[in-house]
Amino acid sequence: MKVELIDLTKQWGTVVGADSINLDIEDGEFVAFLGPSGCGKTTTLLMTAGIYKPTRGEIRFDGRIVNHVPPKDRNIGMVFQSYALYPHMSVFQNISYPLKLKRTPMEAMRKQTQRVANLMGIDQLMDRKPAQLSGGQQQRVALGRALVKEPQLLLFDEPLSNLDARLRLSMRSEIKRLQFELEITSIYVTHDQVEAMTMADRIAVMKDGKLQAYAPPDDLYNKPRTLFVAGFVGNPPMNFLNVEIVRENGMYQAHGKGINLVVPAERGEKAVGKGQILMGIRPEDVTIAGDGVSGEIYVVEPLGRDDLIDVKIADVEIHMLVDPTLGVKMGDNVRLKFNTNKVQFFDPETEQSLLWD
Amino acid sequence: MTTTTLQRQQETTFETERAYGARRVLGGIIPYILLTISIIPIVVGYLWVIIATFSIRTRGLLPVDATGNIGGFTLQNWSFLGDAEIWRATLNTFLVAIGMVIGVGFVSTLTGYALSRMNFPGRKAFLGMTLILHAFRPELLLIAIFHVLLFIAGVPLIGRGFGFNTVGGVAVVMISLELPLGIWLMKGFFDNIPWDIERAALIDGASRFRVWWEIIIPQIRPGIAALAIFSFITGWNAYLIPFTFTLGSKVATLPVFLNRFSGDTSLHGWNQVAAIGLFQLIPVLIFFIFTQEALLNIYSGGTKGGT
Repeated sequence: MKVELIDLTKQWGTVVGADSINLDIEDGEFVAFLGPSGCGKTTTLLMTAGIYKPTRGEIRFDGRIVNHVPPKDRNIGMVFQSYALYPHMSVFQNISYPLKLKRTPMEAMRKQTQRVANLMGIDQLMDRKPAQLSGGQQQRVALGRALVKEPQLLLFDEPLSNLDARLRLSMRSEIKRLQFELEITSIYVTHDQVEAMTMADRIAVMKDGKLQAYAPPDDLYNKPRTLFVAGFVGNPPMNFLNVEIVRENGMYQAHGKGINLVVPAERGEKAVGKGQILMGIRPEDVTIAGDGVSGEIYVVEPLGRDDLIDVKIADVEIHMLVDPTLGVKMGDNVRLKFNTNKVQFFDPETEQSLLWD
Repeated sequence: MTTTTLQRQQETTFETERAYGARRVLGGIIPYILLTISIIPIVVGYLWVIIATFSIRTRGLLPVDATGNIGGFTLQNWSFLGDAEIWRATLNTFLVAIGMVIGVGFVSTLTGYALSRMNFPGRKAFLGMTLILHAFRPELLLIAIFHVLLFIAGVPLIGRGFGFNTVGGVAVVMISLELPLGIWLMKGFFDNIPWDIERAALIDGASRFRVWWEIIIPQIRPGIAALAIFSFITGWNAYLIPFTFTLGSKVATLPVFLNRFSGDTSLHGWNQVAAIGLFQLIPVLIFFIFTQEALLNIYSGGTKGGT
């Protein structure tokens, strides 16, 4: 089912939860709403579900306006952060509840519930009450309940936040695989950019109620259109340095405190002559080399696969990821090489990217 | 050198522990002593009631007969059980109590849900009013209620059962006076239920009413039970309202009936009063013993669940 959000706004008095959200979701697509707490992602999700009534704007399912359609007639399934299972009902009753409300005959109800339970791997828990299940099991029951009526749209509200880290990893891939096989259009709300990056076909990044960017994960990572997106997506986050781009000797150079770098022409020409701008470089794009920008190692954080190093250039700190076998220590003076092919430039006032629009 | 210091250290610790230990034991006993002392008057009182119902007279706690000798056991105090009056009064009391359970329960759960979950104009004012109404003592309202009951008596059809000097009228008044508390309690219980469960049910396909009946109400069953018990006991023991708004013995409730025996014009002795009093007490006592746990939940607003 194709979903379109047109100019969608939710306002309570003077508080604006969601401000003119415009995006469309293709049939079978997995879209993530990503952003910090209070950015409006859950508000938008609940409007799509029909729980909140939009103040302005339209929601269309397959071209049909559904603003006034109650949740039960929207053919959707939703998984909540708190699972929202019915505590007084057994697992079987929880999963089959949507079917019971549709007055499905007992036999068909039992078969369908069994099928979904098998899919979720919880068919041996049918008689238990939610209080007798672990967090992961409860999550599967919630997912089963959302899927049992074979909805056309699946909504997730930070479903993995209450699970431990290990379980989160396995559930992440399970959900992604499930969505791939069932081909149900899905919207996944999260504040965890790793979840969004790993699971979604496209990510809608939101901040303060507004849509900042809406693109596939790689696009957001390599071509961020705003400062916020650049700093929010990617872990460890992007480094930002104050520089000025000038043209010297036919080459574009970035001049900053303790920094003198040559940048590629196609990037440099977009940022030249704009005064002080922000240069963004990701930690993995900075390496320790024979010569280059000089810096002092401030903190070394071993991550096993890499070392996360805090390096001071003049009085500015940047993060970089290095090979742990290099054996760098705190206090070492090193020389840094920047992969300038990956550098990003931003206007410090508008916070827009100078490279992409 | 070190050994001696260590020894000295250990000795002091041991002494302190002994002092603490003694204080601890004493500290443990004192609450029990205090509690027992404070309960004695109540226990003695009830003991007297039970003994008195089976004796002609009592001297202190000892049963005596008419001439003053110990051992005047008799069942004549219980002879009122043979008259129809007491049983009619029991029925009336029962009707009032059950009426309260149903009336207060029904209205409170619906109102509490609306106040907790729905946004409507005047909601805040209604909420504040509920609290203020709860502060009103019934004594202040007696005259006003009298006029209301007279008015109801004039209404066709229902007037006969719910006007002045009817059991129905008493029940309606009792319900109204109990509602502010009931509504406030129920709203509190509903507030404790997370919103997500309702949202999930709405998305699953339930209507608002079904959500209320099939999903929410089962969550607050202990709260509803507590309110039901509370209402029953209040209705059963009610004195002022039934006394003020009924005349004669046909519509009397047990407390009113009991009062008739302890006045100056009464022909019966205190022993018989004790017997009737005990008779009134027994159903509530049994009820309370079985439902004690649910009643304690009324202050914890308890829900147990998987979420």
